[in-house]
Amino acid sequence: MAVKKFPIEAGHIMMFARSVGDANEIYYDSDYAETTEPGAVIAPPTFVQSSAQFDPDYFLRPKIGQEWFGSGKEATGITKKPESSGGGGGGGGGLHAEQHYVYHKQLQAGDVLTATTKPGKTWEKEGRRGGKLMFSESVTEYRNEAGELVVTATGVGVRTERPATST
Amino acid sequence: MALKASELNVGDSYEEEVCRDLSRTQIVQYAGTSGDYNPLHTDDKYTVEIAKYPSVFAHGMLSMGMTGKMLTNYVGDGRLRSFGVRFTAQVFPGATLTAKATVAAIREEDGETIADIEVSTVDAEGTVVVKGQATAKLDA
Repeated sequence: MAVKKFPIEAGHIMMFARSVGDANEIYYDSDYAETTEPGAVIAPPTFVQSSAQFDPDYFLRPKIGQEWFGSGKEATGITKKPESSGGGGGGGGGLHAEQHYVYHKQLQAGDVLTATTKPGKTWEKEGRRGGKLMFSESVTEYRNEAGELVVTATGVGVRTERPATST
Repeated sequence: MALKASELNVGDSYEEEVCRDLSRTQIVQYAGTSGDYNPLHTDDKYTVEIAKYPSVFAHGMLSMGMTGKMLTNYVGDGRLRSFGVRFTAQVFPGATLTAKATVAAIREEDGETIADIEVSTVDAEGTVVVKGQATAKLDA
């Protein structure tokens, strides 16, 4: 995932806070937020995940004019599996196994970030029901307009590989 | 209100019910705000017929987001220094989740007083769905 411009918008923070059921007024009311220690509307701890909205290639969003693998008339719009562009939900694709954040600076409404993602470690484990579990890490650095590191996000995705003997 | 090192002990804990009878609508809300529109989370027809799961299920990041709400309510706004989790079980609609933080250590780092916190979120049956760690800056 590469995001050239991820504007941290107060309305987006409000809707994000609602979606995780967080009623903390610091996410909703700038007048209240001024009276708090951070002194501004800040982003909830997992907010940078929503940078997917600003990634033009994010593969888990329907693209205008293109087929979508979710259901319409039929159970899926296409038969081919979409290519993963990494980052975002699945960490390195597949199911999301882990997510880690390191907060270097307070993220607040009005900031504008960039995000760059690099592949991290990969490893394998035997699954409980047989077959290999393949883990892959992706590391995303979010920087502000001054180039300062604000958040480091490490996602781990897991894919399963059926045993060669299964049919 | 931030936590004070002078009033905090290793082993102290805090917990909060972070969702009750999780609705499909809340999962849709999270898809809309996060931008993760994977049909596994919102599209029962696709999820049952194509992906062969019993029903749609919550984004791992929704469980982590709800766990984060408990953490910021505990440690105060803008106090988290890190937060990381493993997703240990899928969360389906109807879930009631309780998130818990337990102080594992209190230490100094770069002139700040930091609490190491163990984090876990369980469903009504006691199954752990999210497990991880966080660090937070304390007042003296």
